[in-house]
This record gives sequence, C-alpha cells and structure tokens, in this order.
Amino acid sequence: MNEVRRIETPLTQEKLSVLKAGDNVLISGVIYTGRDAAHKKMVEALRQGEDLPFMMKDQIIYFVGPTPAKEGQVIGSAGPTTSGRMDAYSPDLIAEGLTGMIGKGLRSQEVIEAMKKHGAVYFGAIGGAGALIAKRIVLAEVIAYPELGPEAVRRLVVKDFPAIVIIDQCGHNLYEIGKAQYRA
Amino acid sequence: MKKLLVEEIVSAVECLCMEANYNLGSDIMAGFHRALKDERSPLGQEVLERLIENAQIAHEERVPMCQDTGMAVIFVEIGQDLHVVGGGLTEAINEGVRRGYYQGYLRKSVVADPFERVNTGDNTPAVIHYDIVPGDSLHLVVAPKGFGSENMGGLKMCKPSEGLEGAMQFVVDTVDRAGGNPCPPIIVGVGVGGTMEKATFLAKKSLLREVGKHNPEVRLAEIEEVLLERINRLGIGPQGFGGVTTALAVNLEVYPTHIAGMPVAVNIGCHSTRHKEITLQGRDI
Repeated sequence: MNEVRRIETPLTQEKLSVLKAGDNVLISGVIYTGRDAAHKKMVEALRQGEDLPFMMKDQIIYFVGPTPAKEGQVIGSAGPTTSGRMDAYSPDLIAEGLTGMIGKGLRSQEVIEAMKKHGAVYFGAIGGAGALIAKRIVLAEVIAYPELGPEAVRRLVVKDFPAIVIIDQCGHNLYEIGKAQYRA
Repeated sequence: MKKLLVEEIVSAVECLCMEANYNLGSDIMAGFHRALKDERSPLGQEVLERLIENAQIAHEERVPMCQDTGMAVIFVEIGQDLHVVGGGLTEAINEGVRRGYYQGYLRKSVVADPFERVNTGDNTPAVIHYDIVPGDSLHLVVAPKGFGSENMGGLKMCKPSEGLEGAMQFVVDTVDRAGGNPCPPIIVGVGVGGTMEKATFLAKKSLLREVGKHNPEVRLAEIEEVLLERINRLGIGPQGFGGVTTALAVNLEVYPTHIAGMPVAVNIGCHSTRHKEITLQGRDI
C-alpha cells in the first residue's frame, strides 16, 4: 500500500504536481459540490459572462448529491456520483482554474487533455460508501442553486476525506494501469 | 374472498424502502468477506474493507448506505383470490414510496419528464411490476435501483447463429465497458430469450436472487460460473482500481423465445444491490 498523502485545500499547482495515479490521499479543507444540473448552470453562466457560485482557481469540485441530513447530522449520505456525466462541462471549469475533481468512474479524453493542459487531478472516492464518507464532512452549506435540491452547490469543509488519485496531471490513469495489472 | 386493506400496503412499502436502503443483505456481506480473502490488489482490499465499514455504519445509525437511494422498483405478486380494499393498489404503493423516502431521509431522485427533468420531489412514481399468482396473499419486493449501475446495462438482439458464445461475449463486453462506473464488485443480472422487454425484465429480476445461489438448472448454473470467472479475469476490480473481484455473482435467467431471435439483456447491480421483501396475508374482514 502506498503511503497516504495529506492534502490541504486550496489545491495549488505546486501541491498537485507531486500527485501520481494510484496515490492514496486524505483531503482536508474547503471543497465544493456540484453534479449534473449545477454543472450545466455554471457553464451557461460562464458563457454569458456571469459570476460563478465560487472562484474556480485552485478549487476542488466533488460530484455528489447527498441524501437529506437527519437531525444532528452535518449532511446525509454523501458518496460520489458517476463523473462521466460531467465530462461535457469539466473542461470549461478546468480552463477557469479548477484543479481537482472527486467522483467515480471513467472520464473522456477531452477532460484528460484539459487536465494535462491546465494542470488538474481527478480523484476517486469510494462509490457507494456514502455513510462512511459523510463522517469526514464537518460543515456543509448551500451556496448556490438551492432550487436544485440535492443538486444544489454546497460549500463543504472536509477533514481527512479519503480518496485515490485516478488520473494525475500527466494523464496517467489508474483505471488503465490497475486493470492491466490484474487482467488475465 | 380474503381481503387486504390498502393502508397495510402503504405501511409495508414505506418500511421496505427504508430497510432496503439502510441494511445490506447478509448474502452480500458474506460475499465481501469471501472476496477479501481472494483479492490480491491492496487497493481492492482496502475498498472492500471500507464497504464493510460503510454497511456497518448505515445499519447502526439507520442512514442510507449510498446517497443514490434509487428509483423504487417494486415487484408485486398478487394472489388471484385476494381483494385489495380501501383504494387503488398502485396508488397505495406510490404513497408508501412517498412516505418512506420522506420519513427515511432518502434522496428524491425522480424527475417527472425525461426531457424537461423537473424533480417530482417525493421519489414517485415507482416502477411497478405486477404478477398474478394463485393464492390469497400479496408479496412485495422493494428494490431501490441506483443509476450509476443502471446506466451501464445493455441489450443486444443477438442472432441465433451467435449462440451461447455470442451471448456470453456480449455480457463480458458490457461489464468491461462499464469499468468502475457501476461500483464494482457488481452483481450481473442476465436475461436471455423471450422478447426485447422480457429479456430486460428477467435481467432485472435476477438481481433479487441471493448472492451465492445459482440457477437451479445445472447447465445454466455452469454458464453463470463460466461468466463469473471470465468477468473476474477482466482486471477491473473493486471500484475499478484494479483487482480480481469485479463481480460477486452472475445471475442468469432464460425464457423461451422466437425461432428468429435471441435477446440478451444485462442489468448491472452495484456492490450494495438492495432489495427487501414481505408477504401480506389476506384476511376475512
């Protein structure tokens, strides 16, 4: 097992330059949530020259739509959703300065090219481990698009959020490396 | 004729929605522990350990295992000698879903129209499959289906000349293309035969089978074994991080079909494929 790397946000170019596909990381600090509908709205806002819900530079977006929080909970279950549905939008946000994405599943070549060009990393969280991951989220507040319900953009403060580097800024891809290693 | 009040059905569905989302099946938990012994990838082992921990937290704290609490798919077997009284059966099932998703703090993930995409706000309507059977009871299975896995299924109207090998190759290719998207280790539901919709229905229904139980017909059980082995040689592994545990089970169901066709459907269930059931007995009211 690789040594666990600790990452404090914001995720600057300097911090992400040492990350390699397959690295086990624990992320702490502020991250933002967004999934299908929020991405569509953010990219539309960009095209119309409007402000985004937050400045993209050096930030991480977590692709998640949590369950409603019960009394006493910061957030409900909050595991990653399938990232491929955000492929149409991610390159535009990466060009704006986004340096990290957390999700699960395959990404398109266009996203990987944008990551290499501008310097960004794709992290995988454990899909389906929503109850476990919620424990690492210490603060959650909706900052934009509340009408989208679970899809609203939230500002999260996370502490030791567990993730794996799937695709690094050089384009090395754990999904390919890992599969090749165990394919028989 | 025996009778059943709709209110009992509403309560049962409400409860099953919550239980299915909070509690991992013991068959899958046993599958995780078996996989942990066989998995060679350290990252894969770590994923399996965290999935076990996740299921324990969800069970103890009565919270959903996964934030995608699914579209409610419900299988109903209604005895032909049972009379449902006090309202409509479909309406009662949807009311149960509405209450279960609200009371249980489950995510509402259903949009009213596939093009306009406005959330219905209460996770209804459910997808309900009815079957009429002998007897005077009502059997309900609530199977919330997340779309990370649902999106990765597929259907091929194979030519009969493609034979068993063609059908198996389609199943393996579908899983290979899906990679880590459907949250492996997955349960692979396969339906072969019938018509287009019958094959997909069989694939979905096969996901209700207990993990580790094979099709009772020996030749079909052998095909399941071969498919499981081929799928686990793909290297995808837990969460797609690489490893030898891509699927926990392959469940195959078949049905007679037409001389000119061989529909093959694959419906993928994630590592926490959820389903809970109950039988409600009719009474003399």
